[in-house]
Amino acid sequence: MGLPNAEMDDVVGKEYAQGFVTDIESDTLPPGLDEDVIRAISERKCEPSWMLERRLSAYRHWLTMQEPNWSSVKHPSIDFQAISYYSSPKQRPELDSLDQVDPELLSTYEKLGIPIDEQKALAGVAVDAVFDSVSVATTFRHTLAEAGVIFCSMSEAIREYPELIKQYLGSVVPYKDNYFAALNSAVFSDGTFVFVPKGVTCPMELSTYFRINEAKTGQFERTLIVAEERSQVSYLEGCTAPMRDENQLHAAVVELVALEDARIKYSTVQNWYPGDAKGRGGIYNFVTKRGDCRGDRSHISWTQVETGSAVTWKYPSCILRGRDSVGEFYSVAVTKGHQQADTGTKMIHIGENSRSTIVSKGISAMRGSNAYRGLVRVAAKAENARNHTQCDSLLIGDRCAAHTFPYIEVKNPTAQVEHEATTSKVSDDQLFYCRQRGLSEEDAVSMIINGFCKEVFNELPMEFAVEAQKLLAVSLEGAVG
Amino acid sequence: MLTIKNLTASVDGKEILKGIDLTVRAGEVHAIMGPNGSGKSTLAHILSGRDGYEVTGGEIVYKGQDLLSLETEVRAQAGIFLAMQYPVELPGVNNMTFLRESMNAIRRSRGEDEIDAVSFMKQVRKKAAQVKLDPKLLKRSVNAGFSGGEKKRNEILQMAMLEPYLAILDETDSGLDIDALRTVADGVNLLRSPERSMIVVTHYQRLLEYIEPDRVHVLVGGRIIRSGGKELALELEARGYSWLVEEAAA
Repeated sequence: MGLPNAEMDDVVGKEYAQGFVTDIESDTLPPGLDEDVIRAISERKCEPSWMLERRLSAYRHWLTMQEPNWSSVKHPSIDFQAISYYSSPKQRPELDSLDQVDPELLSTYEKLGIPIDEQKALAGVAVDAVFDSVSVATTFRHTLAEAGVIFCSMSEAIREYPELIKQYLGSVVPYKDNYFAALNSAVFSDGTFVFVPKGVTCPMELSTYFRINEAKTGQFERTLIVAEERSQVSYLEGCTAPMRDENQLHAAVVELVALEDARIKYSTVQNWYPGDAKGRGGIYNFVTKRGDCRGDRSHISWTQVETGSAVTWKYPSCILRGRDSVGEFYSVAVTKGHQQADTGTKMIHIGENSRSTIVSKGISAMRGSNAYRGLVRVAAKAENARNHTQCDSLLIGDRCAAHTFPYIEVKNPTAQVEHEATTSKVSDDQLFYCRQRGLSEEDAVSMIINGFCKEVFNELPMEFAVEAQKLLAVSLEGAVG
Repeated sequence: MLTIKNLTASVDGKEILKGIDLTVRAGEVHAIMGPNGSGKSTLAHILSGRDGYEVTGGEIVYKGQDLLSLETEVRAQAGIFLAMQYPVELPGVNNMTFLRESMNAIRRSRGEDEIDAVSFMKQVRKKAAQVKLDPKLLKRSVNAGFSGGEKKRNEILQMAMLEPYLAILDETDSGLDIDALRTVADGVNLLRSPERSMIVVTHYQRLLEYIEPDRVHVLVGGRIIRSGGKELALELEARGYSWLVEEAAA
């Protein structure tokens, strides 16, 4: 027996009631975008002139481009002149105590087991002196510096390491790449730079967690990770806690460069505001993520758990240039309410014996719509390239949607490309079965969903995997029943 | 153990059960037989708390409690087990994990400690061997890609592990060949005990050759029209249901 839709919505629709308070400090540029705005951004960040020139070239190119409309997501068109492109990073916390924060949000933090000080930082509350993440970050940076690893903000990198930035920034995602990459290249606010020198294994998981109390990186984040020969690094981005954010449009660019025998693992947990029950006010997340396996035997692995945002448009990709290079993409994308996700990957095989693995798990509930869009391209020179794609969709309820758009282009006859896809539903039968064996409905749903996502969670660093499981359980709480 | 009094129930407004009375004492095995569509599975589902059935009258008392007021999982925790006619597949959920989670949920509800991994493994291996379930299937996802017979054996394994007080077997014999039927019946017989009651719902008498019931009830048109000892099952096998239906109508 199916449940009445209204009832189903009721339980799936655990609202992420928010009430964003926008109280922006004076040092914010007025809305609008032109060359003066870009000059102002560059100036405020004390950037060298070559950087400004790059931004301007990107902007000029962006003006000639059209916003893409090929994806399966639908949203009102974005008014780029209505956005403010620079906010002072030193914003005053908007709330004085946790009492002022939405209790619903706090209960979510509680369920996720987030320490009280982190809760404050996330919710935009003034943080006690006890919680001094800057000093924590400093300690970490000291350890990293001893190993020779550079881990700093993009603004700092532009000032301190101009040669590295000139060499690598935009070398994987050039500003001409796509509309949102061009926009990002023109106006990016800040981001992260990681450089791991030859032969070094980064002594710790690098995480944006460390930067929780540092300057807000804003809506146009730029990340660059370079791993030199035989080096290894694992980078964790995001946070399981729903993040307060005033910016509706997010257009980040992430570039990874792996030289010979280098290994980069990039994990993301994204849980931004998805909008209210009617889908209003949620974040648009248009991200360009690409890794370049430049060296032979290099290895880049993307793992993502996407549960937030109103619209997600994201295709972390690998260019497998090196011989025997390896690209991996593991993804769980959850859409509920009116959320839409069009996500997937591109694996571009150029090097001989390059291999790629794609495991994509889409979960849709309520009116959520989930699309997998993936391209596997094998160039003529890529002898013996191999790809395996597995693409599974799980539906909860009867008004959600799942789509799969695999694109496969093979120009070398020795290539082996496999694509598997399944679509299944969390059925009332399954839930009854679990409950008849003594499990509560919530445990049953989370068991079925975790079972579905297992291959991806296995790829996450341990603590993150546990958090991701919790996150899924919370976001799909009482999903059916 | 279980007392059903004048139970009436309907599905989508259509009356299926029209006044069932049944008493099952501890240690007894009752068989419920009847033609297709007589309400046998409905009764099994209502006992286990499946949604979609409207109980319009009567009561069910299980171990002194009003069964109808309990949630499905609470009934399971209280010792009611339904071996399903069509066991459900749970892709990605490891069979052993499922079994252990389920055992632990039941244990926790009774204030007992969770079972430790070593004793669990020992038990599950031993009991899987008893029902001749290929140990490889323990490592697979619950019922996913299992044959019909394997699914039924898996049900009996779960039953053996969960040790219910009231086990309801809904058409467990359907779709089984004679060897599988015998194995499943052996598994069930191993579980017979003075503390455990069973309700065996079946269409054919065949299963009752292996699982010997204390009482046999014939359910036709939503009513129990005849109850008797195990010889009733044999009579039904020889004469079919129609004579009983006619007698009841007369």
